[in-house]
Amino acid sequence: MTDYNFAYLDEQTKRMIRRAILKGLAIPGYQVPFASREMPMPYGWGTGGVQVSAAVLTPEDTFKVIDQGADDTTNAVSIRTFFQRTAGVATTTSTSDATVIQTRHRIPEEPLTEGQILVYQVPIPEPLRFLEPRESETRKMHSLEEYGLMHVKLYEDIARHGHIATSYAYPVKVEGRYVMDPSPIPKFDNPKLGDMAAIQLFGAGREQRIYALPPYTQVISLDFEDHPFEASKADHPCGMCGATKSYLDEVIIDDAGGRMFVCSDTDFCDARQAAGHKGKDAA
Amino acid sequence: MTPLLSVQGISKHYGPHIGCADVSFDLYPGEVMGIVGESGSGKSTLLNCMAGHLAPDAGQVVFDTRPPSSSEAVGQYTDGPRDTIAMSEPERRMLGRTDWAFVHQHARDGLRMGVSAGGNVGERLMAVGARHYGDIRDKATDWLDRVEIDASRVDDRPTTFSGGMQQRLQIARNLVTGPRLVFMDEPTGGLDVSVQARLLDLLRGLVRDMGLSAIIVTHDLAVVRLLADRLMVMKDGRVVEAGLTDQVLDDPQHAYSQLLVSSVLQV
Repeated sequence: MTDYNFAYLDEQTKRMIRRAILKGLAIPGYQVPFASREMPMPYGWGTGGVQVSAAVLTPEDTFKVIDQGADDTTNAVSIRTFFQRTAGVATTTSTSDATVIQTRHRIPEEPLTEGQILVYQVPIPEPLRFLEPRESETRKMHSLEEYGLMHVKLYEDIARHGHIATSYAYPVKVEGRYVMDPSPIPKFDNPKLGDMAAIQLFGAGREQRIYALPPYTQVISLDFEDHPFEASKADHPCGMCGATKSYLDEVIIDDAGGRMFVCSDTDFCDARQAAGHKGKDAA
Repeated sequence: MTPLLSVQGISKHYGPHIGCADVSFDLYPGEVMGIVGESGSGKSTLLNCMAGHLAPDAGQVVFDTRPPSSSEAVGQYTDGPRDTIAMSEPERRMLGRTDWAFVHQHARDGLRMGVSAGGNVGERLMAVGARHYGDIRDKATDWLDRVEIDASRVDDRPTTFSGGMQQRLQIARNLVTGPRLVFMDEPTGGLDVSVQARLLDLLRGLVRDMGLSAIIVTHDLAVVRLLADRLMVMKDGRVVEAGLTDQVLDDPQHAYSQLLVSSVLQV
């Protein structure tokens, strides 16, 4: 494949993105502006993540894409094929074999290791966005560390629902400094953000922001003393592999109220089934 | 006695136009200062300069700061009189959340309309580090009660409140952190007379109970007659007369003050 530069973007663009990534890694949780490029896919399909992946990929890398935990959905398949064609890198669905993993809305169940890079697709990088509409003001709030408003959101949750009902994109505080939106991962995944061995990079294409968590960064989910943070999941075992500690999707299987719960991480679930684990719904 | 707020030579120009020019006065703890004048006389400009919303061209606003309590760990301002204009922005904003309060004319400017009444009152508490939901809620309910809003409305949004209730909610939201100085910009503007009377009664009670100092900007002489200890009359950006409220209103010396007092409609 010689029609495209390696990984689609030109070298100067990748340099610009790498500079933003390095700055992001130097200031964990800080949103670095970057000159986001038009990509051959619509906004909302992961243009930010794709640009970050393009900037960090090398020809020796093995690439994996997950969409809501699955390797076989439209978004995952199209982005995987995109880099297969434009970069010629090896691809995989196995979490442990991959060196660069682009993800939408999940962190793999299998713990990541040093040397791996996890790239998140981020729709709205600003955690304060729906509380404070002015960008000039949210920037000032970040720079002056005025995060009282973030707790107002959690307060409203408890006042209305009796508990913190925010279940995804749950705000976190990084290294005691910046409040960060972890992208719309379920709050079940929040504890994995902190102290992770892999590098975590966040790219928001439309909003033109990159932020990052270097390995072993302290990440704390915000909460109240009398309403502590709780990583929640559906209270069932996986119907296919019987796992009890993985994040589950609820799948409607007929129009008579039938449903099953399966691991959202397909690679994790497949590996368990191959190892002989069986859930109650497995054929 | 150290003045709580000492304003020295505040001037603000908008291009060739004078916003306010060379205003100086001292405000002592527990004192309420009224600033009256017609539209465009520079009262709001002066108030915004003092409260740090506008940067004045010249002058000083010296505030007698107090040592930070443990819950205000973020701000590290030292105590004693300090010029708030020369302060760093984080310090000034910290002051704006703790020792200062600002009541806007339109409650919508001072409230978060998408957040419940309890959340509105609790915001300042959370901004200075409160992280216990039960405590925050108890305080919010207590303050709603103090401004005569039924505690059952604590989870309702201010959009469902009447104008007078919104204004009372704004006051509760501002006073919950126990400020020492309140800036008020036409707090009774746009309210009908009976609601105004209730609000004034409430404000007078709160000012007295909490020993607040306040600066009230208004064009309504009845408001200052009721609330203010001292009065400044402004015209064209300058203070034309200042003195005790009763003295200025009953025996105005300056021609403009005389005009202002005689313009009040008698029922």
